[in-house]
Amino acid sequence: MLEWEVIRFSFFNMETIERMGPRLLDGWWMTIKLCLAVVPLGFFAGILIATVHSFHIRGVNWAIVVFVDFFRSIPPLVLLIYTVYGLPFFGWDVPAFGAVLVAFTFNSGSYYGEIVRAGIESIPRGQMEAARSTGLGRVQAMVYVILPQALRNVAPDLTSNTIELIKATSIASVVALPELLREARIAQGLEYNATPLIAAAVIYLIILWPMVRLLSRLERRMMSAR
Amino acid sequence: MDRFLDQFFNLEIMARYLPDIAQGFVVTIQLAAAVIVTGLALGLFLAIVRAFQIRPVNFLIILFVDLFRALPPLVVLIIFYFGLPFIGITMTAFIIAWVVLACVLAAFAEEIYWAGITSVHSGQWEAARSTGLGFAETLIYVVIPQAIRMTIPPLTNRTIAITKNTALASVVTVEEMLTVAQTSLAYAANTSPLTMAAIGYLLIFFPLTMASRWVESRYAWKR
Repeated sequence: MLEWEVIRFSFFNMETIERMGPRLLDGWWMTIKLCLAVVPLGFFAGILIATVHSFHIRGVNWAIVVFVDFFRSIPPLVLLIYTVYGLPFFGWDVPAFGAVLVAFTFNSGSYYGEIVRAGIESIPRGQMEAARSTGLGRVQAMVYVILPQALRNVAPDLTSNTIELIKATSIASVVALPELLREARIAQGLEYNATPLIAAAVIYLIILWPMVRLLSRLERRMMSAR
Repeated sequence: MDRFLDQFFNLEIMARYLPDIAQGFVVTIQLAAAVIVTGLALGLFLAIVRAFQIRPVNFLIILFVDLFRALPPLVVLIIFYFGLPFIGITMTAFIIAWVVLACVLAAFAEEIYWAGITSVHSGQWEAARSTGLGFAETLIYVVIPQAIRMTIPPLTNRTIAITKNTALASVVTVEEMLTVAQTSLAYAANTSPLTMAAIGYLLIFFPLTMASRWVESRYAWKR
């Protein structure tokens, strides 16, 4: 009985929530802003990488593979610490938010790029030839004909990567960006109570659980379509 | 340019901190190996249990999988490390990092194995059962071997991605490579130790990432 009382006090303490609620909301808002910036940036970087890759320019493609594998090999946290410590050194006085954007764009752009490339390669060549023969330019054919089909084919992977990216934004707490996890840790220190951490976890679940369920459904649909 | 080299590739500083970084490298490898072995095994175990379709058990498995797929690993790590002591549970940072990352890997692996198991044609089940094999035998000798083959590409990618998260253990003070690099960086007031750590991660993960490309083409899903 005592045990439960201790758990309730340390993990589900309503008074702590009341005091620290505004702080957690600020963190939540920063996480949302970060996601709204970083998901489109990474996605478009990925489309750009995959599109250039699809033009099969020798040398360029080799460079793209090295670039993509490099950023897929470095843990995002290492990259983040590097940009936060490194960019100011070049005389660019970027705020933490900017440094985080740079790190995540390179990291997620590489992952999105690989996924979109797989999507483009799943479209038969004839599509490109047919589109070109109607008078569309290479880029137009890509944008209006190939990409819409390609993106639909890899929708589950894109969703999965977006979930991973949103989860990864919590890493920005390490470099003092005041997002959800960072604020939760400060609140935990101030209150000497673990409730803010649980609250942060619940907020992440509210954002991400529906996406995980959606992903499961997408994956099942793709599987049965085969 | 000299200032750049001095700040990021200072050979003198690199030489001084190399032994420390090497020690961190070993811890990273140990943590990664522990996570991969236990995570993949637990994931396979859960997928096999799920195949028996016992309702309450499946509900728990799906709950476990969804939770660890939806929560950022860093959040779970911090709750375990900073939260559990409040109720009197303390574990070493290494064990916590191991348990949390293994659970994350197990969650993803279970989903992938399960997708593999359900994608094995039902005729395989019927044929195996008609030869007199029981349900468990069919699962283990007929279905799983075919399922695993299909799961190898996604599993490889996911395992690499989650193993990279060993760097997160630096946040809870496991003495792995990134922790050592950050401590050295503070002592030396120089970014070179971090460069060494980055090179260390590339040494581990660049070959793996390249290999995963090969695996993907070798074991591609037959359409």
